[in-house]
Parts: sequence; structure tokens; C-alpha cells
Amino acid sequence: MSKHLFLGDEAIAQAALDAGLSGVYAYPGTPSTEITEFIQHSKQAKEGNVHSIWAGNEKTAMESAIGMSYAGKKAMVCMKHVGLNVAADPFMNAAITGANGGLVVVVADDPSMHSSQDEQDSRYYGKFAFVPVFEPSNQQEAYDMTYDAFDFSEKYKVLVMIRITTRMAHSRSGVERKAIKPQNTIHLHPNPKQFILLPAIAKVNYKQLLDKQPALEEESENSSYNHFFEGKDKSMGIIASGIGYNYLMECYVGTSCPFPVLKISQYPLPKKLIARLVDECESVMVIEEGYPIIEEQLRGLLNRTGNIKGRLDGTLPRMGELNPNVVGIALGFPQEQGAPIPAIVVPRPPALCNGCPHIDTYNALNEAMEKYGKGKVFADIGCYTLGALPPYNAIYSTVDMGASITMAKGAADAGLLPAIAVIGDSTFTHSGMTSLLDAIYENTPITVLILDNSTTGMTGGQDSHALGKIGSICKGLGVEEEHIREIKPLKNRHLENLKVIEEEIEYQGVSVIIPTRECVQTLSKRMKAKAKA
Amino acid sequence: MKIDIILAGVGGQGILSIASIIGYAAVKKGLYMKQAEVHGMSQRGGDVQSNFRVADYPIASDLIPMGKADLIISVEPMESLRYLPWLSEDGTVITNDQPFVNIANYPDTDSLNAEFAKIKNIVVINADQIAKDLGSARSANMVILGAASPFLKMDFKDIENAVSDVFAAKGEEVVKVNLACLRAGREFAQKIN
Repeated sequence: MSKHLFLGDEAIAQAALDAGLSGVYAYPGTPSTEITEFIQHSKQAKEGNVHSIWAGNEKTAMESAIGMSYAGKKAMVCMKHVGLNVAADPFMNAAITGANGGLVVVVADDPSMHSSQDEQDSRYYGKFAFVPVFEPSNQQEAYDMTYDAFDFSEKYKVLVMIRITTRMAHSRSGVERKAIKPQNTIHLHPNPKQFILLPAIAKVNYKQLLDKQPALEEESENSSYNHFFEGKDKSMGIIASGIGYNYLMECYVGTSCPFPVLKISQYPLPKKLIARLVDECESVMVIEEGYPIIEEQLRGLLNRTGNIKGRLDGTLPRMGELNPNVVGIALGFPQEQGAPIPAIVVPRPPALCNGCPHIDTYNALNEAMEKYGKGKVFADIGCYTLGALPPYNAIYSTVDMGASITMAKGAADAGLLPAIAVIGDSTFTHSGMTSLLDAIYENTPITVLILDNSTTGMTGGQDSHALGKIGSICKGLGVEEEHIREIKPLKNRHLENLKVIEEEIEYQGVSVIIPTRECVQTLSKRMKAKAKA
Repeated sequence: MKIDIILAGVGGQGILSIASIIGYAAVKKGLYMKQAEVHGMSQRGGDVQSNFRVADYPIASDLIPMGKADLIISVEPMESLRYLPWLSEDGTVITNDQPFVNIANYPDTDSLNAEFAKIKNIVVINADQIAKDLGSARSANMVILGAASPFLKMDFKDIENAVSDVFAAKGEEVVKVNLACLRAGREFAQKIN
């Protein structure tokens, strides 16, 4: 069979389609975005009528996927690691309901925080929720694991997590596909009360989930993804999980690793395999991408044996993603290095595009804020976060989706006035609407700028749920109509925009300003497509 | 056989089109490859790179270890220097000499040239001009790929075929001009070496 050149994300998408997926639910987030985009562009998905429209946020995505699983069909939900925080409520509770149709959640972690605000490790969520986790080490495994995950979910009636990281998501390699399976037909769970998490029922379900753990562990012991490689040198054994295994193998290209190696790619952890390695070897090195979750469990609180090496004892760096060099150093290999980076090479941070509407908005806002001093503008997650950098230096916070509005509210409650929020249209519908409702409920004096560029810009221009509706949403939530001000962020309208911002900052209640102009990236894409047609 | 390449440039310059041609040729030959790309925030005008590995045996790491890259192929002069710690002792730098200036403190041409002079194996090419002269300013990437082609340990015919196949959907004219750019880049590199 011929090989397809797939990103890890694309391998997962194709595998889900081949496994008989009926719907994918997701909110865009690097490095997970390409999974859903692949399905959106797939002919196979179109022919099979597979649902692939973006969800409003990760929580709504997760819930829709649970609904599809409830109806008996195979559903997948994809997100970046911080998206799982948003979806944590339905995620934790879907572990308690269990699955009917195969239910798979793919979480893409971002160690080293290439495009994120933290580097949390989703395997902790998997353990927390008592659900099996698959962690592929290459694109073929990403395909195979996803393909099998739906059957696994249906066999044990459990939610299954696939955990990948940036280098898995965004690295391309050859992948062989398997036979296409049909989609499920609608069928309900044999127990009509399975999804009713009233305490009396939830207790029964939770016990069922705990009772499944030995069987899930047994699956891990016998899984082809968890493999024990013999080694003659028993002075050390190595546990390598996910793509940590690749970096280990890179150190032994053209030769073979002398130490016994346990490759782990399926959780719950295979205790017997781990016990064998620990018993056979004098010490154990743990190489894992992300937090030291395996290492921590092996060491225990006191590390009495003192022979476990990894991220916690400094053998490997405590934070950041792994690479072949840090793993090589941990194993004692001398590292080569080319010439140092010349001093003339300067950083080139990402920047707002030429012609970006946010530039005109920040120029007006900065001028309006001059008389109030620094530290009073709270921002959010999107391209406009780049307003934190020179030459704008316009914003003072970026915490999580939607936090701009509620942080401004809290600061206003504390008496830090004026308090301004800057949030994008897509982030507003993701998690900003309820924040705004809080402020409206108390008539907190804040001014909210909802930068409407009619798209989800940072992740590549996905449709925004509130296209053309931001004003009416604000009105519906209860913002007074005369304090919903739409402006067009353009250089030649600077003075009139400045006046609007100044007026609304002075207003002692909730006001919303909506600078509206399309993202230059999506505009140029649209124009190109139009010229082609 | 193995060849490890760092592709470098600025977000939006399209370094991945170079990767897709080499990748296509490699897979067609039945070679193994891995290519780690950068998506997301840095695509907004920041520095971007791609780790591109081809071998006739299965490749372990998606990332190239420091000091092991055979080639740095860069579509922007300053960006070619950012990855020197990854270049092996006998490695070669192939870089465009046309700067992409979107920062205030961009180094001047003399200091860039002084750094280039320190590199043992290097091809510095004005790919923009060559592509423009051939009638397709947008094909500078193919000039760079052509300049890198003598170092790729692959048959040039296979790379030409890959260019033809990858651009086929865009029509015969596009294929023709991209092939011309590819060959012009190769000629330039062969002349100076």
C-alpha cells in the first residue's frame, strides 16, 4: 500500500474517518487545528456527511460529541491542552457517563509553549478522569491508535484520550492507511439511565468506571504500543513515552541501545512491565515529553531508592520540550554544535500584519489612554495579544479566553479606573459573553473593545460564530444601545475613532466599542479565490 | 544515505513549498522522511524554520540534533545565520541575499556579508532577481531549491519531476517557469563551486 505524507494531526483525522467517524467537534487552537481542518476539506468526509463545523468553544464541542456518542455514533473532539480546561466539566463527567458510540478526545499539548500560555500535560487529566490515554510516538502510530481508539471506546464503553504534543501534531511523515469502516447507525445505550448523572446513578457509574481499571491496565500490559526491548546492560533501564522514545532512538542510530527499554504509549501505566524493568535494572531513567508524570509516580514523594533519573533530578530539563540533544546529554553522549549564532542576528518576534485593523485600533486606544496612565487595559487571546509588544505596548494582561472582560470588571470593582477590555470577536463568543453579562448585571463601569475582524485570525482564519452579530449579541445581553458603538479602524478615521473611545471611557457603565474591519489575511485569501473563480 | 536540512525564513515566505518538493521526490523514491513544521503564532512575520530529514532507513527524531544538519536552506539572509549551531562541520548554507526587513534593528549588508565570509561552504544567491528575470517573481523559492539541488544527494531529474508534478494542477506555464527557476538556481550554484 502506498504511503501518504501526513502531519500527525492529519494522520489522526484520516484515521478517524477510516474508523467510521460521524462527527468531529472542535474549537481551533494550535497545535490541534489541522485535525478538524483536514476533515473539513476531506472528500471522504463530505461523501459520508461527517459533521465538521467548528464549535463555539471546547466545552460545547465536547458536549456535542457526547451527544453524538449518546446517539450511538462515533464522535471525536479535538482541542489544544488549555482547551481541555474549558472542556474539563463535560470531559470529567463523560468519563462517568461512559461512551455509547465510540468517543475519542484528542488533546494537543504544547510543551515549550510555542503558541500557548502554559505547558500543562493532559496525561494528568486522563489519569484524573480514569480514562485510557494513547500517546503516539510517530505518525503511523497516531493513525493506528486513532483507528483503534473508537473500537476500544466501544468495547469498554469508555471515553478515550489521544494525547499528542506539538512535534507530533506538526511533523509530517509517511503513513499507511487501513480499510475504511462504515459509520454506526443510531442506537441508544442499553441502559436508558446511563447518561443521567443524578447522584444515585453517578455513584453506580463511577464504581463501574473504577471496576474497569484492572481490565484497562491489562490492556496496557498486553498492548503492542507498550513494548519491552531487551538490553544487556542492566546498570540502567529506560522508560520512554510518546515522542521521548524517538529522541532516545536518535542517540543510537546505526547501533543499538545497550539498556533495557520500556516504550510506553498506552495508559493506565502497565505496572507489571514497569516492575520488570525496575527489578531488572540498578537504576531507571524516565524520558517523557511534558510533565514528569511517570517519573513522579515511580519516585513517590520521598524518592527513597534514589535511583530514578529524569526531569525531577535534573538529568533532563524540568521544563520545555525534549530534543535529541538534551536526551543525548542525559545519556552521557558528547554533543556537537556548529558555529554560534552571530551577534548580528536579532530576534524577529511575530508582529501584526501590514494593514491589520488592530493596528489602527491600538493607535486610537493608546492615545485615548494617555491621560489615564499605564496598566488599565486587559486583553485576551488572539492576534491582538501582539499589542503587548512594541511599538504598541498597549495591553497589560492575557490569561485565558474571555478573561479580559472579567479581569477588567474585577479591577473596576477594586477601584482601578478606567478599566478597559480588549477581546476579539471569536474569543468573545468563545468565552466573553458570560463575562460581559456579569458586568452588565452590576452595571460595572468598564469599556469593552470587541475587535471584530470577522474571523478567528491567529489560527489561520476560521469562521467566527458571531459574524455580523456582535452588536446585536451585546444588545441582547443588555448593553444600552447608545453605548454600543461600531467604528471602522482605519488611519483616516483616527480622530473620530479616538473621540468615540474617549466618550465611552468617560461613561460610568458598561459600554462596548466594536472596531469592525476584516482581517487582511482572510480578505486577501477571499480576493484570490474570487479572482480564480 | 541521510540528509538533514534546516529550512529557514520569515513567516509567510513559504519555506514549506521547498519542503514539499523535496518531500515529494523523496517519498516517490521510497525514502523515509520526517518534516517538523512551525504553525501558529510565529507565522505572523516571525522567524520560522522547518526540520526536514530524509534517509534510506527509518528516522527516529523529528528534530535534527545540533551540529548534524547537512544543509541550511534559507530564503532570507539573516535567518540563515540563526541556525548555524545546527550545521555540521562540512555542512553547506544556501541562502537568498534579499533581506526581509520587518524589524528596526535589522543588520546592514556589510555585516551580513562578513558573517557569510566566515562560513566554510556557502552559496549566496539573489534568488529574487533571477526569478524576476525569468518572469515569475513569486518563484524565488524554486531558485533557492535549484541552488541547493547539487547538495541534496538526489538525482536532479527526480527533483525536476517533483516540480512538474507538484505544480501540474496550476498549468503548463507555471510548471515551465518554475523549472526554469530551478535550473537557473542550480546553474548558479554549480558555477561558483
